[in-house]
Amino acid sequence: MRRAQKENLIRGFFCLFALLSIFFLSGIVIVLFKEGLPIFEVAPLGEFLFGKFWYPTYEPPDFGILPLLLGSLWVTLGALIIAVPLGVASAIYIAEAASPKIKEFIKPVIELLAGIPSVVYGFFGMVVVAPLVAKIFNLPVGLNAFTASMLLGIMAIPTITSISEDAISAVPESFKEASYALGANKWETTAKVILPAAAGGISTAIILGMARVIGETITVLMVAGGAAVIPHSFFEPVRTMTATIAAEMGETVAGSAHFHALFAIAIVLFVITLSFNIIADLLTQRFRRRLG
Amino acid sequence: MRSRKVKEFVGFAILRLATAFILLALFIILYFITVRGSKVVNWQFLTQMPREGMTAGGILPAILGTFYLVTCSICFALPLGVAAAIYLTEYAKQGRLIRIIRIGINNLAGVPSVVFGLFGLAVFVKFFGFGISILSGGLTLGILILPTIIRASEEALLVVPQSFREASLALGATKWQTICKVVLPNAISGILTGSILGVGRAAGETAPILFTAVTFYTMRLPRSIFSEVQALPYHIYALMTEGTHPEAQVPIAYGTALVLLFLVLGIDLIAIIIRNRARREKW
Repeated sequence: MRRAQKENLIRGFFCLFALLSIFFLSGIVIVLFKEGLPIFEVAPLGEFLFGKFWYPTYEPPDFGILPLLLGSLWVTLGALIIAVPLGVASAIYIAEAASPKIKEFIKPVIELLAGIPSVVYGFFGMVVVAPLVAKIFNLPVGLNAFTASMLLGIMAIPTITSISEDAISAVPESFKEASYALGANKWETTAKVILPAAAGGISTAIILGMARVIGETITVLMVAGGAAVIPHSFFEPVRTMTATIAAEMGETVAGSAHFHALFAIAIVLFVITLSFNIIADLLTQRFRRRLG
Repeated sequence: MRSRKVKEFVGFAILRLATAFILLALFIILYFITVRGSKVVNWQFLTQMPREGMTAGGILPAILGTFYLVTCSICFALPLGVAAAIYLTEYAKQGRLIRIIRIGINNLAGVPSVVFGLFGLAVFVKFFGFGISILSGGLTLGILILPTIIRASEEALLVVPQSFREASLALGATKWQTICKVVLPNAISGILTGSILGVGRAAGETAPILFTAVTFYTMRLPRSIFSEVQALPYHIYALMTEGTHPEAQVPIAYGTALVLLFLVLGIDLIAIIIRNRARREKW
């Protein structure tokens, strides 16, 4: 009898911890909405999302996040142009062409690339990449969307490579054998059989890479230049949603409209990254089902 | 016939080139920071206080600050996360609710870290009144790595074969004895790997501690968990964006970046080694 009681007690204890974890994590959503929603009394949702001016400290203030939204979109797009081809190509190489020895070396190295803190990327961007970009393109300063995209692209590569590699390795051996049996060589098999079969998993990888880039804060804060205006070219300074929160939160008064506006930006970010993650989840499930 | 072979050769050459390019990028980053950083890093740099408005001296407060923050976060997240994972995999009835919770936890792992920073600001700094402090920052980092730890622990627990549990229960062991003596020992390396990677992440994050824990100018070491601290990642950021003497601050930033890189990559490497060793010993 006492043994059963003890068992129940332990079970209750673990249940409590699980509930506590869920409580803290759901707390994030609750706090975001509680602190963010009041801004829509000042600036209606449409005005907030599509307003072209972000002047939160003017009188009267403007809370239009379109420039920030476009800033985030701009650098994310730029980063993907760099990260997708390199990430997917290296994934194919690792999964299909590399010898076991090279594989054993490259995989941890790419994990290390993922482990470099974003502030280090930002620092490297400021002291090495930005001056180089300024020199090559004849600009007064190199802190702009282009530099930010390059760094974010490198940062997204590990995510894209490792998830794509898993997807490619998950393609059944029988697919390859069937292709070889039909007389295809290794390249044809890779390009026409393995890649299409792994496409679902690779799209998951790209979406998760996007989620990583759009949420990146300190790197863009350091290298993107920081102008909260709608960008017209890659060589202009931009400001992302994340950088705005990080740069302005320290100066706001808790409870002010500006404070609520920054939380509302966080809601937008949260919704974007959450939908990316959910899409990625759905794609993965479909991918698994298709491969049986 | 020949064009097919040429195509194959060129195709794989491009793949090889792309991979080489990634390795090159990593090498360049490490090279610059190691070479320029090692010029300033020495024993004094690691053990002295900063002097003359952050333009001279060492980075001891930042090193200690990061140590305190990470310790605080792991003390909070590790017991909570592992216990939650044990409940979810071993005790909870696997159904719709658990699936939704699992999806929720997975997705929170992808939420931008700056959002966690806002949460920490609203809850720990303001609501609980901990102020800008080690405690607020540590808890914020703890919540940031909580989903990662839960997920890694769950994965580690799930790969322990069901037959192990059945064998233990058949011998008359209770559920708890089974978890404690059979399941956990077999899952420990996976849990450890996930947690160590969490530590590495917590040590390198800047955005979550930006408005919950850090300060740039402080001449004192923290006295309690309610003190503001310096931290390595924030120190790099502040040296590059604040202050008026870039010619003196940039070298210190290089040194700090080297120390942070060494710390974080060292932690990650330990995790990778543990995982690779465990993989070789699997049933």
